[in-house]
Amino acid sequence: MVTTDLINSLYVFILAAFIGFEVIRRVSPLLHTPLMSLTNALDAIAVVGAIILAGEHKSNLAAVLGTIAIVAATSNIVGGFIITDRMLKMFKSSRTQKP
Amino acid sequence: MIPGTLIIEITYIIAVVLFILSLKWLSSPATARRGVWAGEVGMVLAIAGTLLYRGIVDYKWIAIALVLGAIIGVPLGNVQMTAVPQRTALSHAFGALCVTLVGTAEFYLRAPNVQPFMMSVLSLEVILGGLTITGSLMAAGKLQEVLPQRPITYKGQNFVNLGMLLVAIGIAVRLVLHPADMHLYPFMVGIALLFGVMMIVPIGGADMPTVISLLNSYAGLSAAAMGFVLNSKLLIVAGSLDGASGFILSVNMSKAMNRSFSNVLFGAFGQVQTAAPGAVETRNVRSATPEEAASILSAANKVVIVPGYGMAVAQAQHKVRELYDALTKRGVDVKFGIHPVAGRMPGHMNVLLAEADIPYDKLLDMDEINGDLPQTDVALVIGANDVTNPAARTDTSSPIFGMPILDVDKARTVMVIKRSMSPGFAGIDNPLYYLDNTLMLFGDAKAFVNSIVRELSGGSGGHG
Repeated sequence: MVTTDLINSLYVFILAAFIGFEVIRRVSPLLHTPLMSLTNALDAIAVVGAIILAGEHKSNLAAVLGTIAIVAATSNIVGGFIITDRMLKMFKSSRTQKP
Repeated sequence: MIPGTLIIEITYIIAVVLFILSLKWLSSPATARRGVWAGEVGMVLAIAGTLLYRGIVDYKWIAIALVLGAIIGVPLGNVQMTAVPQRTALSHAFGALCVTLVGTAEFYLRAPNVQPFMMSVLSLEVILGGLTITGSLMAAGKLQEVLPQRPITYKGQNFVNLGMLLVAIGIAVRLVLHPADMHLYPFMVGIALLFGVMMIVPIGGADMPTVISLLNSYAGLSAAAMGFVLNSKLLIVAGSLDGASGFILSVNMSKAMNRSFSNVLFGAFGQVQTAAPGAVETRNVRSATPEEAASILSAANKVVIVPGYGMAVAQAQHKVRELYDALTKRGVDVKFGIHPVAGRMPGHMNVLLAEADIPYDKLLDMDEINGDLPQTDVALVIGANDVTNPAARTDTSSPIFGMPILDVDKARTVMVIKRSMSPGFAGIDNPLYYLDNTLMLFGDAKAFVNSIVRELSGGSGGHG
């Protein structure tokens, strides 16, 4: 049972890596900084694992570590989306920019 | 284990789709903001779905932690644009902290009954996570200049670093084979944390774009490993997207610095080649005043501005925008040539120039602008050095030989704003400064650009 989980996870990993390469290769070098802050915010989806740890309260250690982990990940989610949007807002083309 | 009720799984599947769309929309500035929106919706859905999980017995701490995280996140999202590299490094540390803490909690919940495969991915998760935490904090410290920016190297550094990594991996192998040796676990994490520090010690400022990309990739991979541990497809996808992004950027950066990829992967790319000081040559350097620079610029048809980290340090981007306006008004075609490793992180210059309201269609990357440079009247270099060094093309003995550069020397006139003749970060002399078609503009980037702008606007009409 554990092995089938593993195999399934590996399939997902390999497919996601290929999608990641194809999608990210097309990101304009102009936007590499926002790309990094956006992927960072998306990566903080790890918060779902932390929420379950903190909520299940299987042990005090797990609950404490999970709670700290939620704080760390949430700050990335909130901060990452805010700054990405602030950066993207600044990118204007000369056609739309006429004063 | 992440729970499997249907509603939760559906929110996760929608989140995965939105995350991929989010990155896809980032392909063009026109659709990019939609990408942020998609990412936000996906995130909120996934978190809301998770909160429905029946196994959750206590919501109080979750709520407190979410609020606290948001309170910390808001100022981190509102830092100045010049501080974006250190903010990014810090966020890699936070992401890795989350992953490492969750991995540690999972280990102590399961030990000593951990399946060998589970223990392998868990070790991968916390080793990568651990070294990313301290490595990113070190990088952020260096970028914020609370730590010395100078690379610190010593004899046998690579040997020591590699040794530490091997010990951490050795402990991981031992734990895979004998998960009951739980007392070894803290050592594995501790060594990974120490390795992160030691890995960044020899890194100097100019290598930061590569380092940040690499840490980004590590953070993503550790999150993907966490997905394996928790059997969460959502995390595996998000982690591999982040890992792939960091990986692609690392490859871009290492190509742009002509470093081999294995060199980058081992993090052992700190050795700054302090080029032999060589004989102090007394070669001729021509310099010019702001007035002369202004008249040459206003007589030009095509100008390419090449910004580098020096522009960011001098906070000159808004003055550069004024220069752009003044020249554009006179009918001069002004473009910007941006080297992939200009600045302290990938895309750094683009963000600073966009903040100064320079239209993004004027920001061209190296391959696009190099074709234009031979037909360019004036190439104006502001705070960039090694990325314009023609020795990289011709001088096989140069430490940066082979590094792709912006061919500014092919422009009719090259103007370089620079404080003094001192060599750049890598300590490499730049033959560009001694060319017949090069004019050195000595001074602070911001002040000098300002004087040029004043000349251009003050003399409009009279100067002709």
